[in-house]
Amino acid sequence: MPDPFLELIDISKSYPGVVALDHVGLAVSPGEVIALVGENGAGKSTLMRVLGGVVEPSGGTIRVDGAERSALTVGDAIKAGIAFVHQELNLFDNLDVAGNVFIGREPVHGGPLRLIDRKALYARTQPLLDRLGADFAPDAPLADLSLAQRQLVEIMKALSLDARLVIMDEPTSSLTLTETDRLMRVVAALKADGVSIIFITHRLNEVMQCADRAVVLRDGRIVGALTRAELSPAAMIRLMIGRDLKSLYVPPAAPPGEAVLDIVAAVTDTYPERPVSLSVRRGEILGLAGLVGSGRTELARAIFGVDRLRGGAIKLNGEAIRVTSPRGAIDHGIYLIPEDRKGCGLLLDVSIAENISLPDLSSYLRFLLVNTALETKNARAQREQLKIRAPDVATSVGSLSGGNQQKVVLAKWLSMRPKVLIFDEPTRGVDVGAKQEIYEMLRRLTDSGVAILMISSDMEEVIGVSDRIAVMHEGAISGFLDRSQFSEHNVLQLAVGHAVEMRVP
Amino acid sequence: MNKKDLSLLVLILVVGAVVAFINPRFLYVGNLSNTLNQVGMFGIFSIAEAFVIIIGGIELSVGSVIALLGVLFIDLIVNHDVNWMLAFAAIIASGLVIGLVHGALVTRMHIQPFVVTLCGLLIYRGAARYYTEDATAGFGFGASFPTLEWLTAGRTNLLGFPLPHSVVALIVVAAIAWVLLHRSVFGRYLYAVGKNEEAARYSGIRSERVMVSAYVICGGLTAFAAILFAMYTRSISPAVHGSFYELYAIAAAVLGGCSLRGGEGSIIGVVLGTVLLQVLQNLVNLLGIPSSLNFAVMGAVILIGVLADQYLVQRRQRVVTARGREQASVASAPLEPMKVE
Repeated sequence: MPDPFLELIDISKSYPGVVALDHVGLAVSPGEVIALVGENGAGKSTLMRVLGGVVEPSGGTIRVDGAERSALTVGDAIKAGIAFVHQELNLFDNLDVAGNVFIGREPVHGGPLRLIDRKALYARTQPLLDRLGADFAPDAPLADLSLAQRQLVEIMKALSLDARLVIMDEPTSSLTLTETDRLMRVVAALKADGVSIIFITHRLNEVMQCADRAVVLRDGRIVGALTRAELSPAAMIRLMIGRDLKSLYVPPAAPPGEAVLDIVAAVTDTYPERPVSLSVRRGEILGLAGLVGSGRTELARAIFGVDRLRGGAIKLNGEAIRVTSPRGAIDHGIYLIPEDRKGCGLLLDVSIAENISLPDLSSYLRFLLVNTALETKNARAQREQLKIRAPDVATSVGSLSGGNQQKVVLAKWLSMRPKVLIFDEPTRGVDVGAKQEIYEMLRRLTDSGVAILMISSDMEEVIGVSDRIAVMHEGAISGFLDRSQFSEHNVLQLAVGHAVEMRVP
Repeated sequence: MNKKDLSLLVLILVVGAVVAFINPRFLYVGNLSNTLNQVGMFGIFSIAEAFVIIIGGIELSVGSVIALLGVLFIDLIVNHDVNWMLAFAAIIASGLVIGLVHGALVTRMHIQPFVVTLCGLLIYRGAARYYTEDATAGFGFGASFPTLEWLTAGRTNLLGFPLPHSVVALIVVAAIAWVLLHRSVFGRYLYAVGKNEEAARYSGIRSERVMVSAYVICGGLTAFAAILFAMYTRSISPAVHGSFYELYAIAAAVLGGCSLRGGEGSIIGVVLGTVLLQVLQNLVNLLGIPSSLNFAVMGAVILIGVLADQYLVQRRQRVVTARGREQASVASAPLEPMKVE
């Protein structure tokens, strides 16, 4: 292997309260394919942002072609030949292929008029298309291209910048099998040309297929590097897990009762061919685990009536119900605490009291008008019960911390006698203390007979809080785990689509 | 009354005092009564506009609706001998239907409100002109509707002051709108949808219905204003009647604290905004400023008002954050961990 042209030495990055990267080192040699694997939140994206010059590391050195520096700017990264193919593609769908590849660097003619030289533009794009074996023309409108084809446009953009390293962040997450195969061939071709690739993926078989070596991150640290000879899915999973999970588990007061919410062969728009069935029982917390993009949020939105269900049925206490809007779900006692708290959960510049009463204003009526005294009283009671830290219930929720905001969202539903509560990432952006309080609240709720479905990407939370875990993989349930089968290993196995040997670990 | 409304009131008093100082005719009973009459009529459709602006929409067809429905109203009672009460009801109903159509186009067909109501502006104006063959529609010689005229364009002597009935109408409309917006559940929904439609939907509010209702209310109130204008002017030339009135309405709403992003504004503010606009109009007349400068004066005052407001808001925010920082350093509260990935 030739000498590395890019080295990260001892890179650290910490945010207030979180260490995102902890003395990470990585060297990239020309023409090698490095797979970067790790759970959600292991630090992969932060590491890549350091490479792209978007995030400045708190410590460590970056060596590019022998020159050392403490941080890269975006310009440095481009000059060093580092290019990104993003998960969410950064393309303009009102331009054509060539226009996207050379955006901001269009060949011009006409002197001071600076007209775009279309002929030259297309002439320069064609060789890139040929190099990747793409089946579309340089003047094809981007809007007409499939996701896989758009990805190729991003790669062409990288190549046109003479990229030496192309970073692909979960490039195959929305591709079909044939498209994935073709991308693998593109990766092989780039490698043959001496271009290096960092490949971030959750699909371990793709790592097996294309990587020269794999680097495994966990909790911001590199916990292992596997050479081509050592690569195996089992070895990778073994490295990805293995931290000690604090035990948060409080068992329910009574064994779970009958099923309250039954999802029967539900089909969402995102995964039209993958029906989901699961049931949540009275008094239990069913954890819904899976990797980002496995279709959990889509399922929650469909149950809550934000999106239409494409097929299947929802049963509440054994009776089929039709939910076509959030209002419908709320009328049945099914409530959602959404993942996007600021966008969907709260009115940020409105008071705590008004946020809490919003879904249930009709019970605050006095002579057809809103009884603000009752509203304030109820909000104060909820503030007390949930320990919402705010000077007063007239405080606008935008000024609260993440944990307290989440408690306000929770307070909206608690006064409305929930039957089923769906939590989507209940403690994202919530500090440790408030986290614990929210977990205690979950248990109190189930003990009072509520059924809880908890979507979570936080392994500690899923394993520590759930009574049972359902794991989703690419839109379908890949397995259920009982408490006795709980382990990070088993959850991860199911999350990447492998079967679990049903043994007690 | 919130701080914003209060500062608007102060501004009105200051402008009024300056005008009265330069030209005492400003305070003559006749002038005040006429100005108030204008406030009454303009205020009603400005409140109409405010409903739509609060849900984050816009209604540009106000002026054209006033022309079309005004023409229709006069035609119904003068040329078709329709009972005026029946005609009144029919015109209000037409206004409600226009609002319903606009609301449906915005929420169901997902066309931007600006585009929907811009088309309305053009269509209704054209329809009004075609209907009268571009002639002036008015009351014929001797045509007389004493009750209707007294109700809509009459004045009642109140302690020596001839109070125009349009002002009474505005007070009633504003009072109902105030209760509706600031005290009722529906009002809460209007603001919630305007602030964050997504979050409103997640809280179980049928946001589409709420949005359509706002357009329907706007249509109905505009129709009411149309009748008042028709009875006041008594003759309507459909090419110019009510033109630019939508801009008066939007200006009054913005002066009154409405944000064009939605979710903000108060009824008192909108009424005060209308008062300020009419006082400015009056100022141009009384101070001998060429009437061609009318719009320029109004535009300049609104701009200055908005700039001053922006400046005050920013200053307040700076003070708040500075104070927040002090408190934070004193309490040394545990920091929220940031979202990393």
